[in-house]
Amino acid sequence: MIILSVDGLTKTFDVHVLGDTRVVGLKDVSFDVTDGEFLAIVGESGSGKSSLLKCLYRTYEPTSGSVVYTTPDGPVDVASCSDRAVMSLRRDALGYTSQFLDEIPRVPAVDVVARPLVEKGVGRADARETARTLLSALSVPAELWEAYPATFSGGERQRVNLAQAIAPKPDLLLLDEPTSALDPNTRRAAIDLLSSYLTSDTTVIGVFHDTDVVEAVADRVLVLDDGRLQHIVPIEAYEGRVMSE
Amino acid sequence: MTLLEATDLEVVYGSRCHECLSSTGSRAGTNQCVNCGSVVACARADLSLEPGDVLGIVGESGSGKSSLAELLALEQASEATVRGDLQYAGYDGNLLEIDYQTRHDLRTSEISLVHQHIRDGLNLEFTGGGNVAEKLLSAGHRSYADVRERVSDLFEETEIPVDRIDDRTNTYSGGMQRRVQIARALVTNPDLIVLDEPTTGLDVSVQARVLDMFRRVQREENVATIVVSHDLSVVRLLADRTLVMRHGRIVESGLTDRVMEDPHHEYTQTLINSVI
Repeated sequence: MIILSVDGLTKTFDVHVLGDTRVVGLKDVSFDVTDGEFLAIVGESGSGKSSLLKCLYRTYEPTSGSVVYTTPDGPVDVASCSDRAVMSLRRDALGYTSQFLDEIPRVPAVDVVARPLVEKGVGRADARETARTLLSALSVPAELWEAYPATFSGGERQRVNLAQAIAPKPDLLLLDEPTSALDPNTRRAAIDLLSSYLTSDTTVIGVFHDTDVVEAVADRVLVLDDGRLQHIVPIEAYEGRVMSE
Repeated sequence: MTLLEATDLEVVYGSRCHECLSSTGSRAGTNQCVNCGSVVACARADLSLEPGDVLGIVGESGSGKSSLAELLALEQASEATVRGDLQYAGYDGNLLEIDYQTRHDLRTSEISLVHQHIRDGLNLEFTGGGNVAEKLLSAGHRSYADVRERVSDLFEETEIPVDRIDDRTNTYSGGMQRRVQIARALVTNPDLIVLDEPTTGLDVSVQARVLDMFRRVQREENVATIVVSHDLSVVRLLADRTLVMRHGRIVESGLTDRVMEDPHHEYTQTLINSVI
């Protein structure tokens, strides 16, 4: 089943402080995603990877084209639907995490991770238990679990961020460079967790910089170049390909 | 189900002539009518809320955000001319035209305003518990034991030490006074709370805890909330959707993350880029 269908997606930014300069982020991007698939988005810095992910979440409002999700209530086009329809989609099915943890001040790491579970109706004790399991799997030291992430290192914060993103097991998860600040061992732990914690029901679209991560987790690879979709290939065809960077 | 539906709301201070709307607003660059000198605090404002929604209103001082919020909280702006249509679930007709008694009932039981200035919302000579209880008494509750229990529960919920319940409010810290205001706003189980600049006068460390407490309570009680703030981070923390106001007009609205990361209007772009 196709869970997401992107057609002719274009995003431009009119920057008024630059004298109404028009900046093009994405040009006529089209692709489909099947449920349960793990799609990796790769490309050079500035090629539009994060912009694409943000358009899928409607953090960026697409300028033209459509971004249609298949939901139990029928198709939802986040390029044109109401804000409230986006809010329901996000609450029920769609997760997103940026590269950087955007935490609420003075909330302990374990509660940061447990929060999306609590909001889905999981009891606080069970949610915290799951959070501890995830933090442990990502090798976040136990003595940090009750501390505030504001003082954590970049890698520790990123692991809290990733744990929070995957905790509620959304139907479709958008990940923006979730492993960029991790050393090889921790990155390996993160990859293992992605495959073990998320079931095949979860569809993942992720922006990645590291070829080893892409090869370990992705089913297909979407290559962006200067805001255009260059090609989209199965991982078998991607193997051995020299990264553009 | 819609909780509140506002159409073409307008608050004008002054005589209001036929040029008031055309000569003010974001494009005109002013909220004062060149013809008659009236101040158009807000105009052409449309918005709707569903139960449990959190809507942010941002803008600089004088943009009209507090005027709009006070109108939605049914605060009487005595010198202002008010127009528009305000529908509220369970009430027939335009809320801007209701009688005194209905307004009083709505404001004690359905819609609560948390004032920016603590002195406007609380009597600091009363005890903390008294300030919260007073709202229940004016809503018609009479059983001392029930009122006492409800107030005590709310002290716990809003994280105020219950053993301070009988101390006068002017002996409380700023953060505790803000919590008393929030407890008072919640005590009658309203469907809508309007928070006007909820972090005014609080230390940074206290701001975060008060906002986090409010966020938790807001979700537990599923109470719709309008948060007015000049501080984008406050709105970002609390609101699902955000309106941006300038010169008395809503210049942009959308999902909060969309407004903050992909601002369309020139003024919103300037506002986002002004954050230090």
